[in-house]
Amino acid sequence: MQPAVDCRNVTVRFVTDRRTVTALHDVSFDVEQGGFLSLLGPSGCGKSTLLRVVADLLAPASGSTSVFGMTPAQARAARSLGFVFQDAALLPWRTALENVELPLEVGGKRSLPAGAPTPRELLKLVGLEGWEASFPHELSGGMRQRVSIARALLGGPRLLLMDEPFGALDELTRDRLNEELRRIWQETGTTILFVTHSVYEAVFLGEQVLVLAANPGRVAARVAVDLPRGRELAIRETPEFIRIVAQLRDAMGRRAA
Amino acid sequence: MSGIAVDAPVDPGLRAAEEAHHRRRRRLAWRRRILPAAGILSFLGLWAAIVYVFEVPRFVAPSPQLVAATLWEKRVILASNLVPTAIQALAGFMLGNIAAIVIATVFVHRKTVEEAFFPVVVLINTIPVVAKAPILVLLLGNGMEPKIAIAALICFFPTLVNMVRGLESVNPQAMELMRVLSASEREVFLKLRLRNSLPYLFSALKIAASTAVIGSIVGEWIGSTVGIGALIIQSMYNFDSAMLYATVIVGSAFSVLFFATIVAAERLVVRWQPPNTV
Repeated sequence: MQPAVDCRNVTVRFVTDRRTVTALHDVSFDVEQGGFLSLLGPSGCGKSTLLRVVADLLAPASGSTSVFGMTPAQARAARSLGFVFQDAALLPWRTALENVELPLEVGGKRSLPAGAPTPRELLKLVGLEGWEASFPHELSGGMRQRVSIARALLGGPRLLLMDEPFGALDELTRDRLNEELRRIWQETGTTILFVTHSVYEAVFLGEQVLVLAANPGRVAARVAVDLPRGRELAIRETPEFIRIVAQLRDAMGRRAA
Repeated sequence: MSGIAVDAPVDPGLRAAEEAHHRRRRRLAWRRRILPAAGILSFLGLWAAIVYVFEVPRFVAPSPQLVAATLWEKRVILASNLVPTAIQALAGFMLGNIAAIVIATVFVHRKTVEEAFFPVVVLINTIPVVAKAPILVLLLGNGMEPKIAIAALICFFPTLVNMVRGLESVNPQAMELMRVLSASEREVFLKLRLRNSLPYLFSALKIAASTAVIGSIVGEWIGSTVGIGALIIQSMYNFDSAMLYATVIVGSAFSVLFFATIVAAERLVVRWQPPNTV
């Protein structure tokens, strides 16, 4: 089967007056359809940059990327991907429901594909039933992020790109959303690329973890997470989980030195 | 919130704390009404006392009672002179702000235009109003036009600057979102930039509401026989201090009303912000 995302030898450079930064150097990886890949690395390793290359928000200096066999630009135009940002990036003058509906109003007139969940159903899926008419400033940080996940899921994208979406949340909220994201992934069958700098989050969420190292950003290791599909938070205390965490820490530490 | 209090067993401590809180709120609300009124009254009292004690002659400064009497006696003249001033201020306000909004939109979409013409705008803005007035009178004659133009020019600059800032200061991640959604430039403008600029626009409109009236009055100082500005000049030449003060009060009252209207409009339009952030 064709991979959902296939990056080959991607290099990204940022040229400034003082110096040229190589954010990503010769990065190659792929994600199978329906997979869940965590992108793990220290800040400055280019993991958000990599996500932006896949989303056609950034053009690489060299290398090729394909998303379901299309170029990132084609995949974006076909609405094959949803993006969840670090801050929820909700429009403050729109209610939760109106924020979820935004993708239907821009990028040419669109209607929901037959059988796709409606904005209301998506809000229910992310646990926000009854909050449809609330404005972002009336919602907590975790709830805002839930709205933005519902918005990214509208139209049933085949690929969900998530850029440290829970990074600014408190630990309890983060744990709960981690569990729910696993559930949503299983229910929707969407391929997910999830950027994080938390080892625990990367292992708990991902079926695979891609470790990136900084200066320049490059692939340090790829680790398969051999844990059951249905996961609860308690799994984090199992020896198997701890073993994978240690393995990842080792991969990160070795390269960072 | 009150729904919870009804269901919960009544805790006397809680009840007392809530009542104390409400009492404090009521007291604060009264304070907010009484203190400004007391301030104004004591100011009027001091003014009346000074005029009385120092026997200030009527052609230098009137007593507040005399001003009040003049306001009432001359109400027809005052009102008929307010009309042209108000029309000019409103027309200038509309014209200046619409021009500013349109030009800000062009600036945001065509950086070259902004870089070329923003210095010109700044340059024009540095000319004092009293200097712009004669230029415009020569250009536009003695009717309402130059006054409208002055009012418009005064409104223009703050709105332009604020509007450009409001249109540009959108959340960068919201911009990326729009790109992921393949939104057109027009959609980004209508769905994101324009809404984002509204709080900035209203800050500017509040400034413009009072400056437009000032512009209209200053315009009338030069070559006009009607209007609040003309009445001010006439009263001064006639040493009619009571009339002068009454005219000024009418002008200010109109400004305040204009400002309050904008504040009310802002509350209706900009509803998404938590209160007390701007």
